Amino acid sequence: MEWNFKNGIPIYQQIVDEMTMRIASGSYAPGAKLPSVRDLAMDAGVNPNTMQRALAELERRGLVFSERTSGRFVTKEVAVLRKLHEELARVYFDEFAAKLMKIGMSATEISESIGKWISELPAQKAAE
Amino acid sequence: MARIEIKDLTKRFGHINAVDDIGLELEKGQIIGLLGPNGSGKTTLIKMMTGLLTPTSGTITINGLEPGVETKKAVAYLPDRNALPDHMDTNKLIALYADFFDDFDSGKARAMAEDLGLDFSQPMKKMSKGTKEKLQLILVMARKADVYLLDEPIGGVDPATRDYILRTIISNYNEEAIVLISTHLIADIEQVLDDVVFIKNGKIVLHKTAEEIREENACSVDELFREVFKC
Repeated sequence: MEWNFKNGIPIYQQIVDEMTMRIASGSYAPGAKLPSVRDLAMDAGVNPNTMQRALAELERRGLVFSERTSGRFVTKEVAVLRKLHEELARVYFDEFAAKLMKIGMSATEISESIGKWISELPAQKAAE
Repeated sequence: MARIEIKDLTKRFGHINAVDDIGLELEKGQIIGLLGPNGSGKTTLIKMMTGLLTPTSGTITINGLEPGVETKKAVAYLPDRNALPDHMDTNKLIALYADFFDDFDSGKARAMAEDLGLDFSQPMKKMSKGTKEKLQLILVMARKADVYLLDEPIGGVDPATRDYILRTIISNYNEEAIVLISTHLIADIEQVLDDVVFIKNGKIVLHKTAEEIREENACSVDELFREVFKC
């Protein structure tokens, strides 16, 4: 998986965001063991202390937990994962709505258009 | 347990202060970038840490000792230009380092040389500029030192090798060691740095964590550098 960092945002924050996304999307499966700090740092090309800080933050948010001897794992708690999903979906929706409003669409227009656009999505995607 | 303390350090060449009244404390477990434009005093400062230059005034201690025989055992130094006998090939240089340094891991050096596709029997003088740099860095990084002083380690190598070198630095990272990297190629290395030291006309103008810089200035270390050292 590729890591891309933007300028001007602390790297640990960007790692937290990226890992949150990976957990929400299931590319780090619930209960899965995470690679070691050093391996993650090497993979991302970042300082191990920065990676450590990001993982501590993810732990604080309850998305990962550590077991004294065996390492760090993605949470298995369904409620936490569901909440994470909802929060992310809401962030994306707000971004999307803000953009449409910026080009002058009203709430009603957005709502109508969404209905129309969903029906035009490739069949398989829409059924999911 | 590495620790470097620098107090009121000055090095004068003629009437120019190459290093001008510097104070600096570096703690173990950190990768530090010593960043400054050409001629700002980076190499002079590093050479005083190795004991190759003696300060005009002020002090440096490494693990409580002034640079000398004892500190050389604990310090792995990559000079800014080649100081190795260039009639020797990779095999011989690995043997030489194994002779010189108790903490040198020949197996690790060989593995890295293989990863980077070095020809073990090619004399150094026949190597390209980039290959020479790779070999010198391999020899330094294959030591298990307390302090790594890397003077421009990525200047002459291609981007793929640069990535390999940065990964080597990360994988070598150890909580007890200090890694000091001097360079002006900041964009390439800033992601691996804990601390950033900006040096200008022999003086330290900034010493912060890289993350603080990103947070406080909403820009990368590279962008801040360009602003501070604007010509």
